Amino acid sequence: MNETENIIIVDKLTKKFGDFTAVDHISFEVHRGEIFGFLGANGAGKTTAMKILCGLSLPTSGGGTVNGYDLCREQEKIKRHIGYMSQKFSLYADLKVWENIRLFGGIYGLSGKRIRQKSDEMLHYLNMTDLRDELVGDLPLGWKQKLAFSIALIHQPAIVFLDEPTGGVDPETRRLFWDLICETAEGGTTIFVTTHYMDEAEYCDRVSIMVDGVIADLDSPAALKQHYQATDMDTVFRKLAYQAKRE
Amino acid sequence: MKEFFSFIRKEFRHIFRDRRTILIVLVMPIVQIILFGFAVSTEVHDARVDIVGDTGDPSVRQMVERIDRNPYLNVAAVYESVTEVAERFRAGKSDVAVCFERDFDERLHHYGKASVRVLGDGSDPNTAQMIVNYVNGVLSAVQGDLSATGGPQMASSPHVQYMYNPAVLSSYNFVPGVMGLILMLVCSMMTAISIVREKESGTMELLLVSPIRPMGVIISKAIPYLALSLVNLVTILLLSRFVLGVPLRGSLFLLSVVSVLFILASLGIGLLISVISSTQKTALLISGMGLTMPTMIFSGIIFPCESMPVILQYVSDIIPAKWYIIMVKKVMIEGVGFGYIYPEFLILLLMTVFLLVVSVRLFKRRL
Amino acid sequence: MGAIEVENVSKRYGNCQALEQVSLDIQAGEIYGLIGPDGAGKTTLFRILVTLLLPDNGSARVEGLDVVKDFMAIRRHIGYMPGRFSLYQDLTVAENLDFFATMFGTTITENYENIREIYSQIEPFRDRRAGKLSGGMKQKLALCCALVHRPSVLFLDEPTTGVDAVSRKDFWNMLYRIRESGVTILVSTPYMDEASLCDRISLIQKGHLIETGTPAAIVAQYPHRLFGVSGKPAYPLLKFLRRCPDLLRCFSFGSEHHVAVEPGTISPEQLQARIQAEGFSDVVVREIEPNIEDCFMELAKEERQES
Repeated sequence: MNETENIIIVDKLTKKFGDFTAVDHISFEVHRGEIFGFLGANGAGKTTAMKILCGLSLPTSGGGTVNGYDLCREQEKIKRHIGYMSQKFSLYADLKVWENIRLFGGIYGLSGKRIRQKSDEMLHYLNMTDLRDELVGDLPLGWKQKLAFSIALIHQPAIVFLDEPTGGVDPETRRLFWDLICETAEGGTTIFVTTHYMDEAEYCDRVSIMVDGVIADLDSPAALKQHYQATDMDTVFRKLAYQAKRE
Repeated sequence: MKEFFSFIRKEFRHIFRDRRTILIVLVMPIVQIILFGFAVSTEVHDARVDIVGDTGDPSVRQMVERIDRNPYLNVAAVYESVTEVAERFRAGKSDVAVCFERDFDERLHHYGKASVRVLGDGSDPNTAQMIVNYVNGVLSAVQGDLSATGGPQMASSPHVQYMYNPAVLSSYNFVPGVMGLILMLVCSMMTAISIVREKESGTMELLLVSPIRPMGVIISKAIPYLALSLVNLVTILLLSRFVLGVPLRGSLFLLSVVSVLFILASLGIGLLISVISSTQKTALLISGMGLTMPTMIFSGIIFPCESMPVILQYVSDIIPAKWYIIMVKKVMIEGVGFGYIYPEFLILLLMTVFLLVVSVRLFKRRL
Repeated sequence: MGAIEVENVSKRYGNCQALEQVSLDIQAGEIYGLIGPDGAGKTTLFRILVTLLLPDNGSARVEGLDVVKDFMAIRRHIGYMPGRFSLYQDLTVAENLDFFATMFGTTITENYENIREIYSQIEPFRDRRAGKLSGGMKQKLALCCALVHRPSVLFLDEPTTGVDAVSRKDFWNMLYRIRESGVTILVSTPYMDEASLCDRISLIQKGHLIETGTPAAIVAQYPHRLFGVSGKPAYPLLKFLRRCPDLLRCFSFGSEHHVAVEPGTISPEQLQARIQAEGFSDVVVREIEPNIEDCFMELAKEERQES
């Protein structure tokens, strides 16, 4: 095993919708254990690319692997071995906390005993043991997101995809959530995250910025800032995204 | 006034840009009428007739020959007992059975009276009725011949019996029923959904914040569906008159007045549904399950109301479609004037006023 | 007279207190920001002001008109852009705009000057269905629709949520140009960095206004000294800083950690030495000005301790 083993390898990945090329021959690698920020303006092709990586959509051409599974041929295996959390769909609001845990544990094929054990661990870790019988819909947004993140990790995936996980959350909760992400990354899980908060891009080991379906740049935040002579990622992002031509 | 027309134009745009919906709304009545219509008007060719009785009996043989000679009827098999007939129906090998009494000839000549039983396959009631009518026609022709030649009177008024479905539907039942159902569906369901869609998409918020009055929203929402319903009404009437040959005996004007009243009642129901539901799915479920099903069941389209338990008959009284269908039957098929339908008309009118007032009252000016 | 006056407005949904004793006074012609996370009560306050909801207690006036009694009159004066994209997706850009113009009893041509700046950017797509527009263009169309009847007060509920950094910048530039024509703008946002773009702001949390004032004044009230600390590796450094008992609060802000300290307890140099002693590399500690986000977190904490 080489030192920077790649958990995601993408080679000339392309997705077309009719004559519109949403993702245009993108190639990149994500190293095992890193926090990888996947940035891009609205409509740059971020969501489309992410769907392909999660095994939800097939590329038009090109390909790659996620955790060693082929993007075109082993979609089912990819889905089993990744975690996914999005701001839009995370948990069932009308189910209780423990019911959600049991449901997702069941979906990922954990045994009943394992689910019970995992759920005790998780609730203890999140300081939510008293809330196990609450409906998820009644929890504050911050708690919901932490719970959703932990549930996305219930089957101990090697990589977890986070789609704008902190949108609309208050500043403190947003930071506590990133603590959780960093903690998880320290444990060896690879994090693939999209966000509109440019300060969050700084927490990533490396970030890629998509513009018009291609990856305009990819490097560590420090290197990007140096290259674009910017003091923060916001400026880097704007310098790159202003090149966008398509609407 | 300009606001109003602009709003209506917008509604029509919504309708015409949603190809699938417009297709369903305009094609559904045609398909329904044709579907029901074919069940009604299928020409019967070579119906298979089973004979039960003694073919050695001279009168029986005479009648069997006459049946077989009829262009529409073919004698398929002869049986000794009626028990085998049920099996033949079930296997789909026979369409109708004619059962002659034992010693038919002797009874006919001695007592001047003999009985024939005609068994139709009630699982396909419309075809069965058609075939039974043919058989009856043949039997009465034979009877006529007998009396004309001064022979013995055959008082063999055939005893007709339908297996599997004792309550037979009259073909003319369908057209008024389908009219009621379709107008109800288009008006209530579509109005409700179009309003709830605005709630769901958040555009209702913008409409409420604009100076347009709620009454304006309601009327503008209703008019396009009123127009669509009238198109449907005309389609149904044309189809039923010229394709199915259902008579239009009464006044077309009266029929239109009655229909517009019913359309207004349906719009009222649609508004009511839109007030109580917050998602399109709910609106669809309420109008689908809560409206279509009871309308089909209680309005007499499928089951005659008269044969229902008393309690259910009371329930059927609150279904607007029931009163509409009664009126359509009377006007269209019996050809009576307003004098014969005013009780029903009054009931429907009261219902309509009630529905419209309640729904307009409940329609909120705020969220 | 203020353009928007809110006095002790409360609103409760079941057992959730969405707004509690909220008071605001917004001057004509200013951009006023309502800053707070999701669920803080921003949308509820907006809906009360645009006459879509009735307050349980208190009163509110927009352009001197009472939101309960004079709601029909208010509806003629205001432009409203709800939180979600709320236009007809199956109508084209031009049809949407035309429809909303007519609803307010005007036409596009009559008020073309008012929206020209923004509309000219989406006019090339006038025959495209609104549902097929990109996020940034949808937002511009929605703004056009809210402006087409020349409202004197504009309510923008989270116009930039989910919009990328570039489009957000564009959007704010448009707001400044709208303000120049004398329109009062009340805008809500969960993005703290947008607070400094407003003339005055209120920070809102759990139905309470926790602070009101100009962004500069709010920042000036920050009670602690604030150090920006960077070093490698970043996350272990954060955990180390949190373990130090003499540091008040510590949070990540992009490439730096913001550390609040009581004035006179520790200097940046002392802290830098302490961190370096722990073996972190590339350590920089410098005194910095707090931003709105620092203030929000500080005020939210005080609020929690009080209740």
